[in-house]
Amino acid sequence: MEPKNPVVDYLRMDRIPHIWCPGCGLGTVVNCFVRAIKTCDIPRDLISVVSGIGCTGRMAGYLKLDSFHTTHGRPIPFATGLKLANPKLKVIVCSGDGDLFSIGGNHFIHAARRNTDMTIICVNNFTYGMTGGQVTPTTPIEAIASTTPYGNTEEPFNLSHLAESAGAVYVARWTTFHVRQLIKSIKEAVQKSGFSFVEIISPCPTLYGRRNKLGDGLEMMRAFKEKSTVRNGADTREVGLDFKGGIVCGKFIDRERPTYLERYNERMTARLGASYKPYEGVL
Amino acid sequence: MAESKKSKEPRGKVFINSELCKGCGFCIEFCPTNVLEFSNTFNSKGYHPPAAARPENCTGCDLCGIYCPDFAIFGILMKAVA
Ligand code: SF4
Ligand code: SF4
Ligand code: SF4
Repeated sequence: MEPKNPVVDYLRMDRIPHIWCPGCGLGTVVNCFVRAIKTCDIPRDLISVVSGIGCTGRMAGYLKLDSFHTTHGRPIPFATGLKLANPKLKVIVCSGDGDLFSIGGNHFIHAARRNTDMTIICVNNFTYGMTGGQVTPTTPIEAIASTTPYGNTEEPFNLSHLAESAGAVYVARWTTFHVRQLIKSIKEAVQKSGFSFVEIISPCPTLYGRRNKLGDGLEMMRAFKEKSTVRNGADTREVGLDFKGGIVCGKFIDRERPTYLERYNERMTARLGASYKPYEGVL
Repeated sequence: MAESKKSKEPRGKVFINSELCKGCGFCIEFCPTNVLEFSNTFNSKGYHPPAAARPENCTGCDLCGIYCPDFAIFGILMKAVA
């Protein structure tokens, strides 16, 4: 008997081939995600994956896990509800830079501030692929988007620094070239208690690469390899991304803070004593 | 030295599902032992899938499988095949 691809048990193979373009990094992200989840030793029915809208938002639909494809920008509020209703769940949000930081930017900072126990996997390809390549909050200055034909002039977010400042307890960045490190970081982030964040720089050859003369997916991957440096523990203020500039990768933050529910239960117990039964979910 | 290595059984084996391939070339580029090359054949979507041009070099590291965005290829250790 022919051996089986090690990831297919975690994919809805009836939906494969997926819609992503040739040379798009999203399939590589799914591949790394599944491999990370498989090593996490978490019962499969305790994992929930939530996505928003966009090319990355399709991720949830391809995974053979409890998964939810929510409205634009709202995977984090949806994930918060899941987590609070059933705190035993491992809740993982997979979405893109536009969905998480433009439409859903406010949700991100508040979930990080509260240290809600969830993992955010953000695929940052610097554009809105699905809707035609518009500028996003991470498009580098100078880069061309369908809405910035003369080059972007708006300062982009430095996502790792934003995540750290807002309160995330785990922050890492890799590119789709760094598959082994990425698998390790996704695993660590999922196992971390609190708000963890993994940013993945990924090629969108069709709507970002072509317009910016960066070549096809493979050429963009080669550029990630050449331009990246690994600096674990780097100061996140210094890891912002320029158009065609260097990409600092690594695990930047790994720290402890009480989670939203831990702090809530602690406070209520301190205030109400034995009459308060610590909240462990409604299910 | 190279001779005796060649005559040995390869450590790994690569499996390719040509129909799923979209021809991105990631597997070919990032295989550490240069096992793969684009084949001359087409799949039904018109892409050239990779083929194992130097199967004796395969270590079964599965990097091709991790990189492949279309789940069209993977490598395994020979001892896992048997
Ligand atoms: S448009 Fe870009 S992000 Fe969307 S599938 Fe194509 S390459 Fe990937
Ligand atoms: S990585 Fe996958 S899709 Fe790309 S050429 Fe290799 S087999 Fe084909
Ligand atoms: S398993 Fe490793 S050595 Fe074998 S073809 Fe794939 S990448 Fe190359």
